[in-house]
Amino acid sequence: MDELIGEFLAETSESLDVIDVELVKFEADPTDRATLDNIFRLLHTIKGTCGFLGLERLEAIAHAGETLLGKFRDGDMVADSNAVTVVLKSLDRIKEITNGLEQTGVEPEGEDRDLIDRLESLSMGKGDPEAGAPAAAAPEPEIIPEPEPEPEPEPEIVAEADEGPSGYDADLGRELRPGEVSLADLEAAFLATPGPEFETDAETDAGHDHDHDLEADDDAEEDLVQAAAPVKSEPSAPAPAAASAAPKAAKAPANDDGGQQQSHRSQATIRVNVDTLENLMTTVSELVLARNQLHQIVRDSDDSALKTPLQRLSSVTAELQDGVMKTRMQPVGDAWRKLPRIVRDVSQELGKKIRLVQEGEDTELDRQVLELIRDPLTHMIRNSCDHGLETPDERVAAGKSEMGTVKLSAYHEGGAIIMKIIDDGRGLNAEKIRAKVIEKGLATEAELENMSEAQIQRYIFAPGFSTAAAVTNLSGRGVGMDVVRTNIEQIGGSIELFSEQGKGTTFTIKIPLTLAIVSALIVKSGEERFAAPQLSVRELVRVGAGSSIAVETLNGANMIRLRDRLLPVIALTEVLNTAPPTSADEMTGYVIVLEAAGRKIGLVVDDVLDTEEIVVKPLSGPLRSINVFSGATILGDGSVIMILDPNGLAQETSSAEDEEKSDAAAEDASEAHGANGRQRLLLVRAGGEEPKAVPVSLITRLEDFEANTIEQTDGRYVVQYRGRLLPLAHAGGMDHFPTEGRQPVLVFAEDGRSAGVAVDEILDVVEERLDLEMGSDRPGVIGSAIIKGKATEVLDIAWHMQRAWNGAPQRKGKSGTGRNAVLLVEADAFSRRMLAPLLAAAGYDVTVAGGLHEARDAATMGAEYDVLVGDPAALARLQEEGVYTNVPRLGVGEHDYTQSTEGFVAIMPAGDRGGLIAALDQAARSAA
Amino acid sequence: MSVEDSFEYVTVRIGDQLFGVEVKQIREVFSPQDVTSVPRAPGEIAGLLNLRGRIVTAVDARHRLGLPPRDPDAAVMALGLEEGTELFGVLVDQVGEVMRLKSDTLEPTPAHLDPKWRALLKGVHRLEKDLLAVLDIRALIAWQGGLAA
Repeated sequence: MDELIGEFLAETSESLDVIDVELVKFEADPTDRATLDNIFRLLHTIKGTCGFLGLERLEAIAHAGETLLGKFRDGDMVADSNAVTVVLKSLDRIKEITNGLEQTGVEPEGEDRDLIDRLESLSMGKGDPEAGAPAAAAPEPEIIPEPEPEPEPEPEIVAEADEGPSGYDADLGRELRPGEVSLADLEAAFLATPGPEFETDAETDAGHDHDHDLEADDDAEEDLVQAAAPVKSEPSAPAPAAASAAPKAAKAPANDDGGQQQSHRSQATIRVNVDTLENLMTTVSELVLARNQLHQIVRDSDDSALKTPLQRLSSVTAELQDGVMKTRMQPVGDAWRKLPRIVRDVSQELGKKIRLVQEGEDTELDRQVLELIRDPLTHMIRNSCDHGLETPDERVAAGKSEMGTVKLSAYHEGGAIIMKIIDDGRGLNAEKIRAKVIEKGLATEAELENMSEAQIQRYIFAPGFSTAAAVTNLSGRGVGMDVVRTNIEQIGGSIELFSEQGKGTTFTIKIPLTLAIVSALIVKSGEERFAAPQLSVRELVRVGAGSSIAVETLNGANMIRLRDRLLPVIALTEVLNTAPPTSADEMTGYVIVLEAAGRKIGLVVDDVLDTEEIVVKPLSGPLRSINVFSGATILGDGSVIMILDPNGLAQETSSAEDEEKSDAAAEDASEAHGANGRQRLLLVRAGGEEPKAVPVSLITRLEDFEANTIEQTDGRYVVQYRGRLLPLAHAGGMDHFPTEGRQPVLVFAEDGRSAGVAVDEILDVVEERLDLEMGSDRPGVIGSAIIKGKATEVLDIAWHMQRAWNGAPQRKGKSGTGRNAVLLVEADAFSRRMLAPLLAAAGYDVTVAGGLHEARDAATMGAEYDVLVGDPAALARLQEEGVYTNVPRLGVGEHDYTQSTEGFVAIMPAGDRGGLIAALDQAARSAA
Repeated sequence: MSVEDSFEYVTVRIGDQLFGVEVKQIREVFSPQDVTSVPRAPGEIAGLLNLRGRIVTAVDARHRLGLPPRDPDAAVMALGLEEGTELFGVLVDQVGEVMRLKSDTLEPTPAHLDPKWRALLKGVHRLEKDLLAVLDIRALIAWQGGLAA
């Protein structure tokens, strides 16, 4: 292809993208001169170059378009959405032609009379001949207009309307068509249009100032579609308002930097062929490998002479790698550029009002990744517009503004880029999804019963799932989100969603910055080594011999207890079929906890060797279908190893895991029984020989002070602790402290205040059931329990803290009045362990229910409680089922906004112990 | 012998059979070392290896021809070729001399041959005391997915 044409095509396609965006912006605010000027200038350049290259079709369309824009510019006409639609259509036509040009090197055959007629007819102020009613969307397929569109007005009339020379135009070599402006006129108009390149203070005119206003807005929030922009009362006079330059100039300097920088930026870039960059990247990859290899050799030998130069080489290579990587980086906004246009088209088609907000379009990522997310992103935006947002009527009925918002944001986090697509639409309807899941046979009702709302919502990513009641032109074919998820996962990314009915939906996409070089963990399994991408590795856990964590088996499925959760584990050799299944007690080594496809899995490997920056090499055809590998790489020692694909592995193990799920649930439930009241207790001696117990979970820390550092002030004992005074109380009820030796102190914190409870001696930590056999009326003691076969007093920490703070203990008038009964409903074992002793220590009789059925059972058995405490979702569920409806409920945990808070006394975060107890006391009072 | 009416072959031995591979189809001959096996790969994939910084997929010709696997200690050579951007190495037992043979001595693959072989042969040359089966090395490295596509 002609080099000139190649250049032209590259340039034009960029310009067209910009015009697309600018036009949509302009449509939203037809008084925006700066935007119009920009469009006008770009189109003029395209037209000029076409003329120069002899591309007649392109020139004719561009010319007609420019003429129409000229009318807007001159203020002869106000742009309406119909006119903008026609201009957009002509841009599409230009794109078609340039595509043809790119493929064949010549302009494809075709007739553009239809479009040109429409453009010209609009230029003459007659309206679009094809748009029957102005509001109707442009009909498709296009109607071929009659050869003589309208009774033509005489040229003279046009001349009057134009106030410009008409008739024969020397530049065009033909008579001017009605409404057409001579080339000379357009050229003059073009010269009068200030471009950013020529920007100076003196030239600052009304249009510019407006431009800057807009830029200032952009800083705060980049509203590309400023639909609600106020109508500016600036005169849209055609000539540059030179007179207004003086007052504006004062405002200009600060703003002007933007413009200057912009022009500098454009001068400081060159166009480089993508292949050149790719080759450069490959070469750098090889360099990285060679360096790794050298490292290996130097590590093995003692030649210290090599070390310094190698270090230097290493840092230079790293810099080079960074630099080359940067050349591949593109702002994510490049992938978003088509979105305003798409949103505009969708909103027209569906009769919705949609505002697209973009944030963080400067966030950069590898162009290869950028290409791969472009389509999924487009699809998701369409989806949000189509399914997510309601029609204006529905929105108004729901008490929202007519205008729906779709917000797209991007930012860096770790080695990844996070993209969010947020709409303020109707949100996902869990019931609809549930029904659909059952209808499509993706899961049974019983299975759904045990799923959280979030889990059910994730079904929209399942293959063959689509909830749109009506299949629209845009989406709803049921291939959408499934394909989106697959595409994103293929590049090592993940997608999450959060939706709140009636409020909107948020999709969060996490993708790696680059695919070429990733940081990986080199692990050994059997005789082979494998690389696991760090991005998916959550943690490493040592299991088996020499570790406190062992692999346990339940009905053939292996799992480990990780922070009181069960994590399914599987030997890597088993997944890869390189060795027969290993039994649980043979599993020693490391568990790599991988998170992918929304779930966590543990892979058991023999050893973790190293972390290395690896260059990902794609697999050849025959190997590409093995879903547990994403590629291969060459290590520093020259050997080839396979790169594990966390997503594939997660999928592989999921089928096995599903079978386990019911078992795991059973295990969880039985564990709940076992854990009923079972907790870690600190045994201390205080004021007497018999041991006293304190739940460990309440203690912030254990300290040991010199007894002589304890001071007395205002009748209270204090000790200087971390630059503050820590009030002390003695657990033995003594009101004086020893003055010699060491004083062990349990430090408790509540509401940001700390208090120390002194004991004589710390004896032991035991894990026992805490069944209070007897309540106690004695202040400072909750009651007694049998611990390690001995009757043990359980200390009332809250009382002691109060005493430390006030000197005068005031136990909430609870002693003697009988203790309130609390039912703790919490499926999570960890939360149970944390809450149960806390509530007990606050003076409540706690009964623990590990799940809904236990709570139901309790109700059936006729057990009575004063307050229900626990997981808000579970409590809400009980309410719905009519279980304990008159008992006040106190939610503990993260506030899930999809749940109604009706009937709750409060929902408190688990971390706020003080608030929790206060709320509980209040609830208990209301119950009494 | 003119270039037009003749073929140039690298002769290789796989099992007891002498094969010829057109010289212009292959890039190089090398001795494969440190082949990393790929778990769950199709049987004919012997593994991956590093050839001057590039990853080569090794395909075992014996497996494709339905021959028993070679002894672990037996000598092995590889014919390197490029398919698109991917590098392949076809593992054979021995690589012999390069032969130029007249195209009119090429006969079609006998119809009664094992279909596995027929699919991989382009024809047979009659040599003085031996038969040289012409291996279609592109067909040999084509995998099921590739054929279907």
